[in-house]
Amino acid sequence: MPFYVSPEQVMKDKADYARKGIARGRSGVVIQYAGGILFVAPNPSRALHKISEIYDRIAFAAVGRYNEYENLRKAGVTYADVTGYQYDRRDVTARGIANWYAQQLGTIFTESNKPFEVEIIVAEAGENIDADQIYRITFDGSVADEHGFAAIGGQADQVATALKESYSPEMSLTEALSAALAALSAPAGASSAGTSSAGASSNGGDRPDMAPSQLEVAILDRTRSHRTFRRLAGARLEELLSEGRSAAAPSAEDPLAAGSDDTEIGPSAPSDGNPAPGTSTDPD
Amino acid sequence: MAPRISSFTDFLAGYAPDLLPGSMARRSPATGAEGAPWAPPGPSGHGGLTDLPHATTIVAATFDGGVVMAGDRRSTAGNMIAKKDVEKVFRSDEFSAIAIAGTASVGLEFVRLFAVELEHYEKMEGRSLSLEGKANRLATMIRGNIAAAMQGLAVVPLFAGYDEDTSKGRIFSYDVAGGPYEEYRFHSIGSGSVFARGSLKKLYQDGMSAQDVVKVCVQALYDAADDDSATGGPDLSRQIFPIVAVLDGDGFNRLSDSEAANVARAVVEERLQSPDGPKAPVE
Repeated sequence: MPFYVSPEQVMKDKADYARKGIARGRSGVVIQYAGGILFVAPNPSRALHKISEIYDRIAFAAVGRYNEYENLRKAGVTYADVTGYQYDRRDVTARGIANWYAQQLGTIFTESNKPFEVEIIVAEAGENIDADQIYRITFDGSVADEHGFAAIGGQADQVATALKESYSPEMSLTEALSAALAALSAPAGASSAGTSSAGASSNGGDRPDMAPSQLEVAILDRTRSHRTFRRLAGARLEELLSEGRSAAAPSAEDPLAAGSDDTEIGPSAPSDGNPAPGTSTDPD
Repeated sequence: MAPRISSFTDFLAGYAPDLLPGSMARRSPATGAEGAPWAPPGPSGHGGLTDLPHATTIVAATFDGGVVMAGDRRSTAGNMIAKKDVEKVFRSDEFSAIAIAGTASVGLEFVRLFAVELEHYEKMEGRSLSLEGKANRLATMIRGNIAAAMQGLAVVPLFAGYDEDTSKGRIFSYDVAGGPYEEYRFHSIGSGSVFARGSLKKLYQDGMSAQDVVKVCVQALYDAADDDSATGGPDLSRQIFPIVAVLDGDGFNRLSDSEAANVARAVVEERLQSPDGPKAPVE
């Protein structure tokens, strides 16, 4: 027999349900650096991506239920390709895609029984760091216009707080990566809140440095033309991580040396072997 | 439960068929009348379509570890030169190139659609298509245009790419009903293709370097322009030179204007001494 349930209660239940699902996984981080936008997400899978290319200068990061955000990603790629084909490649913008996602998620949240348990970021690398755009879209379709950095999923608040301390504009790629990793490790130190999710390994407690094989890292490299999205993996990622570690160890005192080097790109780009200059931005 | 295949063209056919080039979307034309529903209004009546700009000669030839594709710059509408600096050789993705002969406007749409098709698949699936996959896909798209081709809006592409699996350059040709036909060593399409192929036959040798193959292709285009009025030769006075693309392990690389100019100038210089080009030995 039917009971009356107030609309407020329905919405609240749905929101709680979605929030709980999203908080169960690991966080993902997006952070601006001098040469573009960096995406980092702990992800042991090489095949099921959390971070993907949408268009020439636009990328997508998501946490939550894989089948749900994968559907959103594919729809976003289609939206972008149709728009770019119909008009011009320059007419595809992160704002348009973020708005489209917001509408879809908003409709699903209000109209279906089960809301999507996803939180996504759509970011676009501009000509310079001021022209970058980062939009965070939550399960109910609300859009936040982020500046500098954004964290989604898991213990997103703690990660964002840690990022806020370590973020500075015009960081190098190495510095941005160190800041992102430090922030992603922050919740484990603060509390033992790392509840295990389905596929995620080694939860909470004493997490050492995150191993490259457990990370999904990608950039939108504003210095490239045409398609700017690049995944960083394998040797290239290890190199960046060790640069970050060696820069953090001496904890240098000349902040001026930082953030000027970064033009190297992509997994296949030959390394110039420079140890990254720069200061430690280790937050804790 | 039908899966959604990661084809952009198939998606468009359902979502916005008007965006597809030619008649791919119009399999059952509303204009049921006999004759050519595509003929533009004009005094010429039935012959209108032949007056649309047509793109002409394309050549391609392989070398060890890659392939070169080159095209002249002329498009013609009937006996008029419609454009002197048209581009017919395009990057379709990192490791492949497409060039078009036939109706220029429809061809350009095909090129754009094909590039989006390949990129769309790559983004959706997280991997790029195999070279054969790309070639087969192009065949289906060309076949979809056959109704328009019968009405005079024919497009014939030439497709070339670097096969990452075998580290070789490969060439695929088509007819108006599709294909693909794999071609070995070299091939040419378009109105001047007969003369270009004759030239390639005599000049092309196995084991040539990429630079030599570039030069052979420009020679072949010169020979095509020599005997075919619809093919344009290097235009020294206006600085219009063939478009040349080299595909190898490093991906698609279109020669810069000055690089292409240097090759073309060298060929023209040579022809001033010997108008018919390099002589092949009889024995």
